[in-house]
Amino acid sequence: MQILYFGWVRTRVGHGKEELSPPDDVGTVADLIDWLKGQGDGYAHAFENAAAIRAAVNQEIAPHDAEIADGDEVALFPPMTGG
Amino acid sequence: MIRVQDEDFDIGAEITRMTEGSTEIGGLASFVGLVRDYAGDEQISSMTLEHYPGMTEKQLERLESEARERWDLQDVLIIHRYGKLYPGDRIVLVITASPHRQASLESCHFLIDWLKTKAPFWKLEEKESGADWVDARETDSVAAGRWVRVSDT
Repeated sequence: MQILYFGWVRTRVGHGKEELSPPDDVGTVADLIDWLKGQGDGYAHAFENAAAIRAAVNQEIAPHDAEIADGDEVALFPPMTGG
Repeated sequence: MIRVQDEDFDIGAEITRMTEGSTEIGGLASFVGLVRDYAGDEQISSMTLEHYPGMTEKQLERLESEARERWDLQDVLIIHRYGKLYPGDRIVLVITASPHRQASLESCHFLIDWLKTKAPFWKLEEKESGADWVDARETDSVAAGRWVRVSDT
């Protein structure tokens, strides 16, 4: 699974992109955030407040209960600030 | 048409391009977003815009389609820049063209409100105290929410 990070999620995690294989019981965006939290200090800091995280699955905005699967591109980021 | 680019844009040239040979256009509305040199009471030396290549284009195209569906528009242009910008630099341009003013004015307002919350950009401000990511503002969510139609909820 390709995971992308943007904004302060990226700076806290320490990089913008990685290929990860989460365990089988990670079936939703919320599960992924929860699992990432345990992957090190940077991750713990980035994902300490799950409610502050927005997500996109395959470049489409997705809610935390959206299902994710192997081969998906999942992006995690703070609320967008365009314009 | 949408464009995501690091280089600057020329508003006059874009308007000329849009209107040349199009005598059916009755009016254009435009909005240009600029980098301010302050945030609260702090000076800003630069602002770096990060975005999500691929998704950015999709989202901007979706916003253009939404505007064209809601209003009678003859043309739409959205240019959004990314990269390191400085106070006074142009960030974003929206131009809408319609036979009558109401459609262009309203759709331009709509597009800039939705760009704020639906375009995947994040802004890093460089200040004397260090670099800070710009937080999404509640007032922007409220402004975007005004355009949600009852039929969409």
